[in-house]
Amino acid sequence: MADPVPFRAYSPGSQPPYGASAYRSTTARHPKQKLQPLPHTVTETTGPRFAPGRFEPIADLSVVDGKPALGERIIVAGTITDEDGRPVPDTMIEIWQANCAGRYQHPGDTHDAPLDENFRGAGRVFTDAEGHYRFVTIRPGAYPWANAPNAWRPNHIHFSYFGPAFATRLITQMYFEGDPLLPHDPVLQAIPDESARQRLVASLDFSIGQEDWALGYRFDVVLRGRSATPMENT
Amino acid sequence: MATATASQTIGPFWHLLEDKDWADLTRFGATGERITLIGRVQDGAGAPVADACVEIWQADPPADDTFPGFGRCGTDQNGMFRFATLKPGPVPGRGNATQAPHIAIQVFARGLLRGLVTRAYFEGESLNETDPLLTAIDSPARRKTLIARPAGEATWRLDIRLQGGDETVFLDV
Ligand SMILES: [Fe+2]
Repeated sequence: MADPVPFRAYSPGSQPPYGASAYRSTTARHPKQKLQPLPHTVTETTGPRFAPGRFEPIADLSVVDGKPALGERIIVAGTITDEDGRPVPDTMIEIWQANCAGRYQHPGDTHDAPLDENFRGAGRVFTDAEGHYRFVTIRPGAYPWANAPNAWRPNHIHFSYFGPAFATRLITQMYFEGDPLLPHDPVLQAIPDESARQRLVASLDFSIGQEDWALGYRFDVVLRGRSATPMENT
Repeated sequence: MATATASQTIGPFWHLLEDKDWADLTRFGATGERITLIGRVQDGAGAPVADACVEIWQADPPADDTFPGFGRCGTDQNGMFRFATLKPGPVPGRGNATQAPHIAIQVFARGLLRGLVTRAYFEGESLNETDPLLTAIDSPARRKTLIARPAGEATWRLDIRLQGGDETVFLDV
């Protein structure tokens, strides 16, 4: 049986390191030993499949029981492709975020900001055959965190992607164009490459927004591609 | 040609996604040898990691409508996770190699800017002696960090140490 085609190694500088001293929580949680190389096997080149029939999509976080959440309604949309520019179809995307006041509907969030019972803190959408996705939400607020005195996270939406394989799993955060907190955020700034950081910042896009209803933001994501075409048997 | 998008931490509030049923990979009626996989995630100071998202994936038995092959479990206050799944069998390695039965694990948490990947093998499997990954790890003590031990009726335990003297072997996948 032919070996499975591996996924490409991550491009240097495109990913944050495990240890980043400005982000305090990494201190006791990052491994100090070198990672063990693992040539991809069937375990890494296969992965879970999620079908909308079993994992019901939730594409609008801005309404609960017909009642609108407070805050600035936005539409977030984009395309998921691999590193060769091919769309990633029918893949599940999970989303979670703070409400417009910067508060998560989570028992661990003690920030003194109001909850909003009409805001859904989490959602789930699937890409179509061309890799496109879209959901409606509320622009999340900034919130303070214990990383340093008077430290605040920029507005962000958390995203989880699966793609075709265990090796393509990705968890990341989407930020907003023009947010003055971006240069101060040690989570975003831990990514070495400026261009890689920039790609986590969604851009305002009037073609995604809806007139008299919501602004739109574009967030395109690239998942790992296969490293090479397999050799033909000769 | 664009490179893969950067990873960011899952943060402390990922539980908004959590469906506790996902820790049971047998919930859709899978048949086979049922096992429980448990373990504790701890940090470099030996403290439990109580807000981790632990995910597992196994290529065997092959995923189908009754068996998702994938599970997710949040750690509790003691850093413990618990999955119900099916015991995997051997799967092909690269070339002519055979891999010993194993379950892939990925840990996401606040303080981890990227997920950490490791594997659970099973103590006592004869294929462990020839498994390509296990045999590539020179130190027997390090190798042991990937091998789950029996911990009761059909239960296997693998603790995950993110940092420190007995740090788990994490994989560059
Ligand atoms: Fe957050």
